[in-house]
Amino acid sequence: MNIMIVGVGGQGSLLASRILGRAALDAGYAVKVSEVHGMSQRGGSVVTYVKYGETVDAPLICRGEADVILSFEQLEAARWLPYLRRGGTVVTSTQSINPMPVVTGASVYPDALVEKIAAKGVRIIAADTLAIAREAGSEKAANVALIGLAGQVLGFSDEAIRAAITACVPPKFTEVNLKAYSLGAENAAAL
Amino acid sequence: MKQLMLGNEAVARGLWEAGVRLVSSYPGTPSTEITEFAAKYEQDIYAEWAPNEKVALEVALGAAIGGGRSFCAMKHVGLNVAADPLFVSAYTGVNGGMLIAVADDPGMHSSQNEQDSRHYAIAAKLPMLEPSDSADCLNFTKAAYALSEQFDTPVLLRTSTRVAHSQSVVELSDREEVPVRDYVKDPSKYVMMPAYARGRHVTVEKRLAALREFAETTELNRIERGTDNKIGIITAGTCYNYARECFGDSVSYLKLGLVNPMPAKKILDFAASVERVIVIEELDEVIESYCRALGIAVDGHNILPNIGEYSTELLAEKLLGKVPEFDVLEDAIPPRPPVLCSGCPHRGVFYVLSKLKLYVSGDIGCYTLGAGQPLCAMDTTLCMGASISALHGFNKVRGEENKSVAIIGDSTFMHSGMTGLVDITYNQGKSTVIVVDNSITGMTGHQQNPCTGLTLQNKPTYAVSIEAICAAAGIADEHIRVVDPYDLGEVERVLKEELAAECPSVIICRRPCALLKYVKAKPAPRVDADKCRSCRACMKIGCPCISMQNGKAVIDAALCVGCGVCKQLCKFDAIGGADA
Repeated sequence: MNIMIVGVGGQGSLLASRILGRAALDAGYAVKVSEVHGMSQRGGSVVTYVKYGETVDAPLICRGEADVILSFEQLEAARWLPYLRRGGTVVTSTQSINPMPVVTGASVYPDALVEKIAAKGVRIIAADTLAIAREAGSEKAANVALIGLAGQVLGFSDEAIRAAITACVPPKFTEVNLKAYSLGAENAAAL
Repeated sequence: MKQLMLGNEAVARGLWEAGVRLVSSYPGTPSTEITEFAAKYEQDIYAEWAPNEKVALEVALGAAIGGGRSFCAMKHVGLNVAADPLFVSAYTGVNGGMLIAVADDPGMHSSQNEQDSRHYAIAAKLPMLEPSDSADCLNFTKAAYALSEQFDTPVLLRTSTRVAHSQSVVELSDREEVPVRDYVKDPSKYVMMPAYARGRHVTVEKRLAALREFAETTELNRIERGTDNKIGIITAGTCYNYARECFGDSVSYLKLGLVNPMPAKKILDFAASVERVIVIEELDEVIESYCRALGIAVDGHNILPNIGEYSTELLAEKLLGKVPEFDVLEDAIPPRPPVLCSGCPHRGVFYVLSKLKLYVSGDIGCYTLGAGQPLCAMDTTLCMGASISALHGFNKVRGEENKSVAIIGDSTFMHSGMTGLVDITYNQGKSTVIVVDNSITGMTGHQQNPCTGLTLQNKPTYAVSIEAICAAAGIADEHIRVVDPYDLGEVERVLKEELAAECPSVIICRRPCALLKYVKAKPAPRVDADKCRSCRACMKIGCPCISMQNGKAVIDAALCVGCGVCKQLCKFDAIGGADA
């Protein structure tokens, strides 16, 4: 299983990747998780790779090979779309954050990205995970709400994800994160 | 016990398990977390941030001579800084074991160049190990100490961004308690003046010959036989993973864990056992050139690039002719470059530099982002500390001291900026230097430095004064100015005064990084849409919180930390009080 987590530096993709890595390890799979630190964290485009299975060699995912793209931001879902395999799933927050070239007016933020991705025949699950996280009690849990939105697509049982969240999140934030996860999952069911 | 670990964390775990006593490093992506994780074993390991990599390597060498197992880590360009002690350490050898980790950055995720550190191992005649994943990181680190003490030599460990920042499974063990060895005075080994060094060079060559023998038999170099003998791949590091994913079990692999010195006989035998040999190595043709020198016909950089990072996709395309299938949108996707953060204290300084159209001699740190749109306030970025010394040279030939500045961060000033300042005062320069002091090492993720008053292991300590260093270097007290970079008028006024002065000067723009936990955000100001004339003056600072919506400026209250810099740009007083 090849999962890419994409977003904007500072959105919490590291924690999301650790939760999924933990769930895969607990399920007895071979796992590799690749992160990028440094320059890209300053509001730049960030990508994290989570791969698990009977064996995993490379830590990176090639274009056309991701089973799932988990995206914290619409434009990033569009940017990394070429990495999705045919028949794969995009799970994205509907949040949009203008990159600097859009802010300065040098570029335009494309419209209707979710619809355009769907028009390619790609299965896409989209919801406002920021609003879901706010409802759960903290916008910072938007990353975990996104995992809830993805649900079974990630290849883990509900219990396995809950256990991984509990193992990876500091105790005082466990409750809000588990709630964000549940609300995310409810949202997916309602779509 | 099995655990998922970052490559850097696995190196740190290896240090602890190997009984290491001392760690001294300077931060540098992607090596930084090794030292941060090592510092957490504070009961057993003394760990520190040194002001630069040369100091760090010398501290580690001193500890090794003193009989304790020691370590230092740096990024590839850091090894350039530490090259002087590196080369001599090959001559002195060690007493307690010593390991130097160097992290290369193919693809330049966070670096000013691509550089293959294997050349250093060859040039300094030191053994170098190259792990492929976190398990290798842990095991090779432990193996390095045995190797170091067996051959009386420092050992190099080469990682890369992908190995350093990927998590994979490791098997944990307990710490081996290694006592500090006796120190015996021996000038012929440790005093490297010509008479003694000549003798030590003989030792270095003998040691290298012994290491070549060792390379033939060590388990660090591993042959994996494939199902047929058509293709044999010689590889190391993260490329081994890409090769395996691309070719699977059909081909044979010679995975080199010890990349210097290489095992001649093993390579010759391996090559003879297959029909075609392909060398897969990122960056330079090190293994490939060695094979050719042995008379082996190999494929490698005749097919694969010596620029950028490798991937399974690249190997599949170049070696198997496979083209991936995927969907792509017709829309142009705007790039998302990294930017100065909301509330970054550097932003206002760059706005003023841009406004005054000055020549800006830049340096390495978050503030290098001042080169980007829309500030565009940087003319050069070379290497750590070069802003000050390169400005001195620029001004000596052009005589434009009143139109040029150097800009450097607090940590970079301590690293190697201050020697440039001494050059200016000593050699009668008149340049103006700006130190943007955000009271932390920012770019690498908030490390303490000699100016911050805290050690790596969080102990309160003496805070080195930038002002006192400038004064001691010969900058007149009245030309050492401290300003608040949030105050644009003050920054501009002081800058103009010091540019006009017929003597060298230092302007310290002091305000802590907005991301530090103790820095409290203020409420975001609100834009009065009736007053906003859509002049876009507030957009000139490149703040990620400000955008134009329906022709009017809007501030993202969730992102804004209330630095107030944008308010100072609005001539129509449209950016006002806090949002209700």
